[in-house]
Amino acid sequence: MSSTDRFIPDRLQSPLQQRLKSWETLLLAVAIGIFIANSLASPYFLNAWNLSDATFNFTEKAMIAFAMALLIVAGEIDLSVASIIALASTAMGAAAQVDASTLTLVLVGLSVGLACGAFNAVLVCGMGLPSIVVTIGTMSLFRGISYIILGDQAYRGYPTSFAYFGQGYVFWVISFEFVLFAILAVIYGVILHKTNFGRAVYAIGNNATGALFSGIRVNRVKSILFLLTGLMSGVAAVCLTSRLGSTRPSIGLGMELEVVTMVVLGGVNILGGSGTIPGVVIAAFVMGLVTFGLGLLNVPGIVMSIFIGALLIGVIALPRLWQKWRG
Amino acid sequence: MSVMKKILSSVAVAATMMASTAQAEDMRIALVVKALGIGFFEAAAKGAEEAAAELGDVEIIYTGPTDTTAEGQIEVINSLIAQGVDAIAISANDPDALVPALKKAMQRGITVISWDSGVAPEGRQMHLNPSSNALIGNMIIKLAADHLPDGGQVAVLSASATATNQNIWIDEMNKVMGDYPGIEVVTTVYGDDLADKSYREAQGLMQSYPDLDAIIAPTSVGIVAAAQAVADAGKVGQINVTGLGLPSEMAGAIDSGASKSFAIWNPIDLGYSAAMIAHALATEAATAEPGAAIPMGRMGSVTLDDTNSGAMADPFVYDSSNIEQFKSIF
Repeated sequence: MSSTDRFIPDRLQSPLQQRLKSWETLLLAVAIGIFIANSLASPYFLNAWNLSDATFNFTEKAMIAFAMALLIVAGEIDLSVASIIALASTAMGAAAQVDASTLTLVLVGLSVGLACGAFNAVLVCGMGLPSIVVTIGTMSLFRGISYIILGDQAYRGYPTSFAYFGQGYVFWVISFEFVLFAILAVIYGVILHKTNFGRAVYAIGNNATGALFSGIRVNRVKSILFLLTGLMSGVAAVCLTSRLGSTRPSIGLGMELEVVTMVVLGGVNILGGSGTIPGVVIAAFVMGLVTFGLGLLNVPGIVMSIFIGALLIGVIALPRLWQKWRG
Repeated sequence: MSVMKKILSSVAVAATMMASTAQAEDMRIALVVKALGIGFFEAAAKGAEEAAAELGDVEIIYTGPTDTTAEGQIEVINSLIAQGVDAIAISANDPDALVPALKKAMQRGITVISWDSGVAPEGRQMHLNPSSNALIGNMIIKLAADHLPDGGQVAVLSASATATNQNIWIDEMNKVMGDYPGIEVVTTVYGDDLADKSYREAQGLMQSYPDLDAIIAPTSVGIVAAAQAVADAGKVGQINVTGLGLPSEMAGAIDSGASKSFAIWNPIDLGYSAAMIAHALATEAATAEPGAAIPMGRMGSVTLDDTNSGAMADPFVYDSSNIEQFKSIF
């Protein structure tokens, strides 16, 4: 670049880019560190099948986390994702009772997810309500409907071929869910980092009013993001329901916080404006490796959540401390 | 990059510190519970440890998710499969959702049984119920009759009229009434498992039947409410409240004398029996099949029915001699 060219920054804030870069490096180092620690601590860790089993701990959550990352970058949040899973799964279960085909079941799951996302979008973008309030409401609403339909009952009797999405393997130990996770990671990476739409998402997260006056259709972009998050919850519902082989209204209970944790751990600013998909991908691996590694050592789940919490705070606090020490 | 080194080393240290002191030659039995931090299951784990101490070469892995979800239990099961444990004894959060994961465990040669809260038959080798309907039906009338050597009037305070469990237990009780001559069941009333309604129904019983000797409440809500009603009416010593209840909630009634004794399953015995059965099946000392009798150490043996499930024992009786020990457990 010659000095006469006008310099157009690739990121809106250059120091931010520096920080993000170091964030992902840091996270990757943590992931590798955990991997090594796990291999040393447990003789069962380095086994292809066991590692394959471990990926199920995060694939479904990560699928939602990709869409959630975009939503959080744009300054919004969706806490109803786990409840969308419950409602989508209940709808699929009801369809399975009338002998719907596997294809129909998948379409039902995805449409319900999309419809729930649309409902959130109307309330947030159409009526201008704060997304955190709206989605706390729909979190109770969507799961509440599942509870009304199912009560203490369960839907069973999914067709055998439906089991492929959550229990099938594409090649050797590579599960269908893992392949889907990888494909979605690439798609969302491209959307956020390589398209105009992605640029708009960053612009909205940094300054929604500014973005609006720059000609970005803010509400439309946000609506699409809510739809995508709903759709991804539908995808996760298909995978999870297929993996469990049954539906109860408590399916995926509490998953929304794990998804948000994954996104924040991945370096997405909870206040919006910054974050990357590669960061979220690494965070998914970190969380999966930590829970599986600690599980192999039979560390009680309570200690495990303390560990995840400490990890989250640590990874977020460290770059700031680092900057202070250096600056 | 010193920070990074620090993280790496601290993660490694933390992980190594958490490494269990498992000995490979021991048989490893995993006791998987609905969620950690519940007194009932902590007590079951104590029982399993007792079985392990008795058996000698057994290590108990007591584990479970933090909240009562099927997904959490599947993660736990996956990590147990990865470790190649010898047996999994599980109290399930969901009878169906765990089936694929437990099937996989069985395919990898792991003995799988369920206890307390069962798994669908295709997902386990056998299921251990804490008790059976017939044993419970007999126990609730026996508790009342034991304190009425000369016979007397008893009334039943149940949950709702449509409560499946309670109705079955009362039916079973009626079948064995012939064994308790002189005991007359005067009526059955329904408190709908609501504390205030149960309390009023108990008051009504005392007014309608002035000679009433005992109230049997086969529900943990009803028994507490009835004991309170008896105490409030000043009829302690005159009317004995018994049935099924939780030691933590009934300690006051036992102390005041409103209830002389009551019953519920004993979680320690349950954990002990589950571990004993898992060991017997994993060592192939016994096979889980309909009609088989599987040894459970000091608890005798369990006989399996057509669905490969069996009942452990009579409900355990709690009275002033043991309430102190159990009231802090569950």
